[in-house]
Formats: sequence, structure tokens, C-alpha cells
Amino acid sequence: MSQILDAYRGLKLGDRWDGAPKVVRWAVMLLVIAFAFYLPYLNILPFAYIRTDLSSTGSDWASVLFLIVVYMIVAVGLNVVIGLAGLLDLGYVGFYALGAYSIALFGSTNSPVVGALQSRFGFSEEWAVPFAVCIPIAIVMSLIAGVFLGAPTLRLRGDYLAIVTLGFGEIIRITARNLDNVTNGAAGITQVPVPPGPEIDGRNFFNTIDAERWYWLALTVLLLIIFLARRLEHSRVGRAWLAIREDEDAASVMGVAGFKFKLWAFAIGATLGGLAGLLFGSKQQYVEPNAFMVNLSFLFVAMVVIGGSGNIFGALLGAFLLTYLPERFRAFVDWRPFAFGVALVAVMILRPQGLVPSRRRAREFEDRRHEAEEAAADV
Amino acid sequence: MLLEMKDAVLNYGKIQALHGISVEVNEGEVVSLIGANGAGKTSTMRALSGVRGLSQGQITFNGEDVTKLRADQRLRKGLVLCPEGRGIFPGMTVTENLNMGAYTRKDKSAIDEDYDRVFGLFPRLLERKKQVAGTMSGGEQQMLAIGRALMSRPKLLMLDEPSMGLAPMLIQQIFDIITEISQQGTTILVVEQNAKQALSRSDRAYVLETGNIVKTGTGAELLDDPSVREAYLGVA
Repeated sequence: MSQILDAYRGLKLGDRWDGAPKVVRWAVMLLVIAFAFYLPYLNILPFAYIRTDLSSTGSDWASVLFLIVVYMIVAVGLNVVIGLAGLLDLGYVGFYALGAYSIALFGSTNSPVVGALQSRFGFSEEWAVPFAVCIPIAIVMSLIAGVFLGAPTLRLRGDYLAIVTLGFGEIIRITARNLDNVTNGAAGITQVPVPPGPEIDGRNFFNTIDAERWYWLALTVLLLIIFLARRLEHSRVGRAWLAIREDEDAASVMGVAGFKFKLWAFAIGATLGGLAGLLFGSKQQYVEPNAFMVNLSFLFVAMVVIGGSGNIFGALLGAFLLTYLPERFRAFVDWRPFAFGVALVAVMILRPQGLVPSRRRAREFEDRRHEAEEAAADV
Repeated sequence: MLLEMKDAVLNYGKIQALHGISVEVNEGEVVSLIGANGAGKTSTMRALSGVRGLSQGQITFNGEDVTKLRADQRLRKGLVLCPEGRGIFPGMTVTENLNMGAYTRKDKSAIDEDYDRVFGLFPRLLERKKQVAGTMSGGEQQMLAIGRALMSRPKLLMLDEPSMGLAPMLIQQIFDIITEISQQGTTILVVEQNAKQALSRSDRAYVLETGNIVKTGTGAELLDDPSVREAYLGVA
């Protein structure tokens, strides 16, 4: 393992990438994006071995790709919270659930909320809030939840924050399960709307059979989010997050209002989580509380940490590995939790800063280690 | 009067660190606060900079009550702390650290002037512009911390133990620079364990003991004071 890592380090990919001319960088990026869009049709040996549907028990390849991309959006959002602002959020699934429930509650004719709106305003049985309106609703709901959770808790530090957020994730799920007359409780909400699109072969453009269209939609959203997140990281807000993460007191005496910027990170993270949840709920066309168990929160955190917190591409890699590998190796289903555990421990021992950390995060890790060693030497 | 702290009480949970102390700093002065470990020096700095709120008492800066303001708001008023020890951002380069000092400012050309000023005071930092701060020596980190504080154009620069952990020659050098900053027109409040350096460089000084101010006077007076000599200068 460590030889592989050394070999990888020897390539100095990051430096080479920075040193390459702009044209080359654009060309490579466009090729990667084009390849990503082509992935559902990948059928050339030996590359086709990466597909998950080679055996009859395998999962639908395009659906797996869709899930990977949805989790990538989650990872980019959580990376803002954990990687950039340095806040450990163990209840991220709560925002994901809120996004999915927003579109279900307002967009589905099966939802009690829509039912109440129908009778209140005398709308017909088929009426529901249009898909396009559900998107801002989902964004605003997750944003408000982020601020609502953040405002009282962000004054806490480290472990305390983790515990409170952990509770928040569970509160959302349990509320959804018990609020029967709003969410249909454990039965869930069916007929969650899909994005509008032209009818092809008598079917909606977005349907349960042509999963690759969902994948392309999610991929487009992801690319947009990556672009925005990169801009954010290098903005004034990004600098404030960096300073807070490195030394919160020093940041505050340099004029960085810690609380305000942490709340920003929380709100932005929550919005992206909600957006991912919305895509998920819409593709499933069904939302139920058990889809948002607490272990999903841990999986999300693992994606960011294993990939390398603070680096968007690390988070993307983490999301890819932790979603793709279990699907690809479904045949070994009984061994998956074991392999997952071993892999987690191995990464934490061999490469605690993650597989592709940001250079800055790697330096912070070095610095903390030195401090710990100095402290140990002083005793 | 530029800064006045009146009857300040600071608690950490049930422990009272400051039992109602009063400190004044006039414009243009160099004032020092000396005392042993645990006397309340750093607590005073935290209270003044706004990192910790006071339980009782009042802080007035430049004629304005700042008792209830947060640290970042006080910085905007020109009340700036240079924190003790490794209060720099270890993962950032020297330039990035200095840049953080100017975080609240938007006057680009004036910021560039201040870069020149800081690099003029600390040529060492210019040599190490692109170095990651966490990898520099203790003295260089201290210089960086002072330089970063200057980048926010303080009216009053508060220095928390600038000599901590430094070799005698470096201490001399740091205090030379502090004197120079004062001559350039910045008022200075410095907290020190190194009483000899601090007293010989200050216009006035306060002696802090277990959360109370026990003595005050000009730097020269206190240097000659027998009890101060015995307790802090190691001469009977």
C-alpha cells in the first residue's frame, strides 16, 4: 500500500497539473467531462469490467452512476462544512432527507400537504406544486434548517458540535416517521414528481427505465456545483474559513467574525445536501424515512475524510470509492462491512490526511504532529 | 486617554482570574504589564481584545464603550492584539498570514504600503515570503505575528508576551522593533514576563499579582523599586 502511495507521490500530479499550459488543462478537463457523460454506454473491453451489471444479480449501471454523482454532490457540500470550515457535522443526512422530503411533500399528489392545499384552495385532485417551484422550496427549507441548527450550536466546539448534529439527523428522520398526517409516516410518499421533459416513446423523458438521463442531469448539476465551490474556496469567505480552521482565536483577533462564517458554511453545506436529496427523491419517485438512517451520515463523513478533506477532488474520489466499490462487489455482500472497516482503519493509519488531501490540509496535519511531538518531548 | 479598562472582573467558570483591575493607556505611550505566570496577564489581554467577555467592569477605547463588542469588531476600531506564542496561521505562507492581517481593509494601495513597512521592519520576513509559517523558527513566527497585527493599522497594538521562548539576542531585537513601531506613531501595550526589558522600554508600567494590580509607576521608577527588583528582576 505505502509503495503505491510513494509511487503516486513520485508522479507529483498536482505540481504537473499546475505547471501545464491552460490549453492542456482545458482539453484534459473537457475530455474527462465527455468521458463521464459517455460512461453509461461504456462497452469496450477491458474497460467494461468496471460496469456493475455484468452478472445477472448486478445493479443497473446507470443507476449506480446516478447514485455516485448524487453522493458526490453530498460530498462536495459536506466538504465545505468539514474540509473548509473545519466543523464536524454528523447529521448531514438530515439535510439530504429534507431535500427529498421537500419535493415529496409539495410536489406529490400523494402527499397530505398537497392534499390540504388542494382542499383549501379548491384545486383539482391532480394539482401539485410544479417541479420547478419545488427546487427553490427544497433549497430554502434546507437553508433554513442549516441556519436553524447552526445558530444555537455553532458556538460549541469540536466534539460537542458533532453530538448535537448527530441528534439533528435523527430528529429529522424520526419526525418524518411519526408525523403521519404530514409525511404519511413510515409508509412514505409515492408519486414524487420528476423533472419536466419531452415525451419519448410514450414515456416521460425522466422515467424509471432510462436511468442514464437521470445520471446526465445529476452530472450537470454536479459540474455546476464544483465550479461554484471552487470559486467560493478562493474567495474572501474561503480565506475566512481557512483562518478559522487553523486558529479560531487568532482569526477573531484579525477581524474574522467566526460565528458568521461558520454559519455560512453550515447554510451552504445544508443547501447542497438538500439539492442532492431532491435529485435522489425525484429519481426514486418515492420517499420514506428509512432511506435516511444515521449510518448514511457516517458514510458521508467517511467519503470526505477518506478522500481528503479540504480538497474537492478528494471528496469526489471518496464519494466514488465508497459508492462504487460496494456496488461493483455485490457478490461479496457479506464481506462488505468488514472490508469497509479494514479500509477505513488502513487509510487512517497510512494516510490520515486522506487519499488526495489539499496541500494545505497536509501541511496542517504535519504541523499538528510536530506540535504533539514537541509536547511529548517536553514532558 | 486612548484606552481605559475600569474595575475589570474576568471569570473562567468558577475561577476568578481578574479581581477588578483598572488599566489606562494614553496616546503615544508604551505601557507594560508585568507579572509572574498565572498573575492574569494573558487574561487581561483576552479581555481587552474581546476574545473573552468581562463579567464586570468597562472598557473604553478612543472615547467609545467597547465592552460589549466582539474581537473582530474591536479590531475594526483599531484595538489590535498580537496573540502569544504560535498565534499565527501555521498552514499559511508568510504572505498569506500578512494578508489575513489586512482582512478587514479594502484600501489596496495603502495595504501595499503597509507590506513595505512590515518588510522594512522585518527584512527576514521578506526573505521568507513564500515559506509556510508553521515551519519557521520561534523568533520568525513572533516577527510574523507582529507584522500581521501591523497590517490591520492598529491605533493601539497589544503584544502578549512577545519574548516568550526566544533567545536573549532575539528578545533584544524584538524589543528594538517594538520601540521603532512606537516611534512610528503606534501606541503600545505590552504584557511581559521579561520585566527588565519591558520596564526599561516603557513609559509606564503596571505590576500584576494574582489578578490584582499591586503597583504602578513609570518604567524607571519600577526598575528602581526594591520589591519589584526582588520579585521580578532577581536582585535583592
